[in-house]
Amino acid sequence: MQVEHLLVGTGKGLVIFKKTAKGWQYEKSDFIGLPVSYVYSDERNGTWWICIAHRHWGLKIHRSTDKGQSWQAVRTPKYPAYAKLRSGKPATLRKIWSFAHGGSDRPNRLYIGTEPGGLFYSEDGGNTFELMETLWNHPSRQDQWFGAGRDHPFIHSIVVDPRDSDHFYIAISCAGVFETTDGGQTWAPRNKGLVAAYLPNPDVEVGHDPHLLLACRSNPDVIWQQNHCGIFRSTNGGKYWDNVTGQNGFPDYGFAIEIEHDNPDIAWVIPALSDERRVAVDLSLCVCRTEDGGKSWQTLRSGLPQESCFDIVFRHSFAKNGNTLAFGSTTGNLFLSENYGDHWTSLHGHLARVECVCFA
Amino acid sequence: MAQVRFTSALQRFYPDLKTLDLDATNIAELLEQIEAVYPGLTDYLVDESGTLRKHVNIYIGEDLIDDRTDLSDALKPQDEVLIFQALSGG
Repeated sequence: MQVEHLLVGTGKGLVIFKKTAKGWQYEKSDFIGLPVSYVYSDERNGTWWICIAHRHWGLKIHRSTDKGQSWQAVRTPKYPAYAKLRSGKPATLRKIWSFAHGGSDRPNRLYIGTEPGGLFYSEDGGNTFELMETLWNHPSRQDQWFGAGRDHPFIHSIVVDPRDSDHFYIAISCAGVFETTDGGQTWAPRNKGLVAAYLPNPDVEVGHDPHLLLACRSNPDVIWQQNHCGIFRSTNGGKYWDNVTGQNGFPDYGFAIEIEHDNPDIAWVIPALSDERRVAVDLSLCVCRTEDGGKSWQTLRSGLPQESCFDIVFRHSFAKNGNTLAFGSTTGNLFLSENYGDHWTSLHGHLARVECVCFA
Repeated sequence: MAQVRFTSALQRFYPDLKTLDLDATNIAELLEQIEAVYPGLTDYLVDESGTLRKHVNIYIGEDLIDDRTDLSDALKPQDEVLIFQALSGG
């Protein structure tokens, strides 16, 4: 699928950029005034999906099959009546945190990860969604899952193995990484080697806070995560995680991560200052890149603001396509690099808070 | 029949939204009948448990409804119902 758009979900609408002969240029805005909390492009069929987190009217999903020329409202997933929170109250949809397609051999299957911790699936291309009961009923959910910066746990990452569509991972804040090898019938935590420094026992099996999980498409046993407690990489499908946080603690904390799908040793992160302050480290913005599987990290600053900079980049606000990377920040900046992060240019400087970006 | 009016904010999503006269004995019944006229509209007003969304208000006359969970507030034939969003900043 030829990528020629950059979709930017902001607190005040969807902003679309297009690659032209003159470079990346603003094309148009849709859903102006509404918070667009998630954007997703299904690489199988080119369908664009967006989620709107209305303050008044609840969560809504829209899709476009003509590259944003028109949008169709889709019924939002609903928690069934039997689904209860730990408090005993009915579970209701609080936020949509992730979308993923179900594999190239399952053309109508889609997944949606949500708060308060439900994974939904569709077998009809997204017209209807059902709660995946096996995960909802996992014995760890009631007592070992909890919210991080939110009232309830949420599934923000869904990673389907391109070799086997029945094999996929999800990542939950807070619970950790879970793996299924049988299409979701059974689930196992995959958190060995991670650190939960905010718990009395940092080595718990469940209770970790991965911020984002990605697997290398050309070598799907290599999985990366930016975690609340550092950067981690697994080379054995999540059986064990190696801490690849930078030496002397930089890079360490952050939300976003991107990886090179043709080379399992290359990744990028965007550091932030601690979970207490949440500003750019030293108030200067940078991206860190490793080319050796996290043994060492380069700091890339060219073209990025280096003083009085308060930008934070959320977990879904960093995207990569080929040699092009883009990220949007909480202060409405949008940066783009067309040389793997060596140099960055400002694509926009006065958007609303950027919630998510996606090449499409 | 009770008359129900909607905030103009909902016309962004339902452009042909109009005042309705509906024969309902309580708010829950009223919402069922609204859904029959405007499919999907009640998703904007209540969550999947049927509870009124936090930032949605329903008035009967000049009074907010009491029961936001089961929507059991009774309606009389001459009642005027207003469905409105709560005011908020941002």
